[in-house]
Amino acid sequence: MRRWLPFPLLTVALLVLWLLLTGSLTPGTIILGSILAIGAARALLTLTPPKTRLRRPRAAFRLALVVLAEIVRSNWAVARIILLPATRQRKSGFVRIPLDMRAPYGLAALACIITATPGTLWVEYDSADNTMLLHVLDLIDEEEWVRIIKDRYEKRLVEIFE
Amino acid sequence: MTNAADLPAWAALPTALLLLLGAGLALTGSLGLLRLGSFYERIHAPTLGTTMGISCVLLASMLFFSVLQTRLVLHELLIAVLMVVTTPVTLMLLARAALYRDRSEGCDEVPPPPPPLPSSPDLPGGSPQTQVSTKVFERT
Amino acid sequence: MTTELLSWSILLAQILLTLAMACAVYRLLRGPRAQDRVLGLDTLYVNATMLLLTFGIRTGSTLYFESALVIALLGFVATAALAKFLMRGEVIE
Repeated sequence: MRRWLPFPLLTVALLVLWLLLTGSLTPGTIILGSILAIGAARALLTLTPPKTRLRRPRAAFRLALVVLAEIVRSNWAVARIILLPATRQRKSGFVRIPLDMRAPYGLAALACIITATPGTLWVEYDSADNTMLLHVLDLIDEEEWVRIIKDRYEKRLVEIFE
Repeated sequence: MTNAADLPAWAALPTALLLLLGAGLALTGSLGLLRLGSFYERIHAPTLGTTMGISCVLLASMLFFSVLQTRLVLHELLIAVLMVVTTPVTLMLLARAALYRDRSEGCDEVPPPPPPLPSSPDLPGGSPQTQVSTKVFERT
Repeated sequence: MTTELLSWSILLAQILLTLAMACAVYRLLRGPRAQDRVLGLDTLYVNATMLLLTFGIRTGSTLYFESALVIALLGFVATAALAKFLMRGEVIE
């Protein structure tokens, strides 16, 4: 079982993508899609990705909701910055944020979350002293951003991945 | 325009609103490319189009075709998945490339790379700075 | 009434998206630096994907969906390759 189905979640996701792409649910497409999905998952095995397990799917779901709300809110904020004439002196800048998390998948998820949110951008990660460089479009208080990243995202990601 | 006539009002109205919202957000993001001052500010702007802009248009498309063909049309989800996976990757790559270029030119606006710790082993997936500088070493 | 509303809003959305593409093309042509051009190209690809989706809604044909998917894929590959090139191209100099 373990040998034939190394990544069960990924295999199912690939099969669903294949079915969506072909747009049909006939037995032929399901069989072909399963063969392709299993083959692709086994091909991934040769890359030997670091092992992880999705702990606490409920926490992951809650994090997804938080991220979704944050994306909608910051879409609005960035649209206001672009469209309205500048009323106050807006300043953008870099913030270096020390991280506690070392899990590679957690760091990757944090990078994707930060970059996908308008107004913040993950620029660089330094593995030697475990810090990241963040660029913020509307930078008011650097300490506040360190707190936001740590409390809102890093704490939950540690809970999920470590 | 031939098929739009078959659409009932309860579906046509949300489709129109979602389309306008998505297109408006995409235009706002692209306007940001013109209005914002520096590259690091401009790179924030297209995220509007790639997050909420395209999801609104995809939702409109899913709603429209599902009602029109009276079955669930979900293949737009493929583009949504693709966008979720690819947007952060491209933006991070671009930001890293810009940072590297600015640093190698000695630009004052970007922060310097953190000082390397003495005799620390280079972990895989380290900062681009260390990876690139080893490449320089190999070439010279 | 609602049919007309839908067709007009599709037209308006297409005009907005075309304007957005024009902004991206401006950034692509004017620079000032290479990373600005790549950013403009990336935005152009995303806007083109959305424009193709609105064409699909306008004609009621799902054929446009596939071209939108291909454009989105090409955009990712092109931007990733160009960003990599920006990092390495400087090293060779």
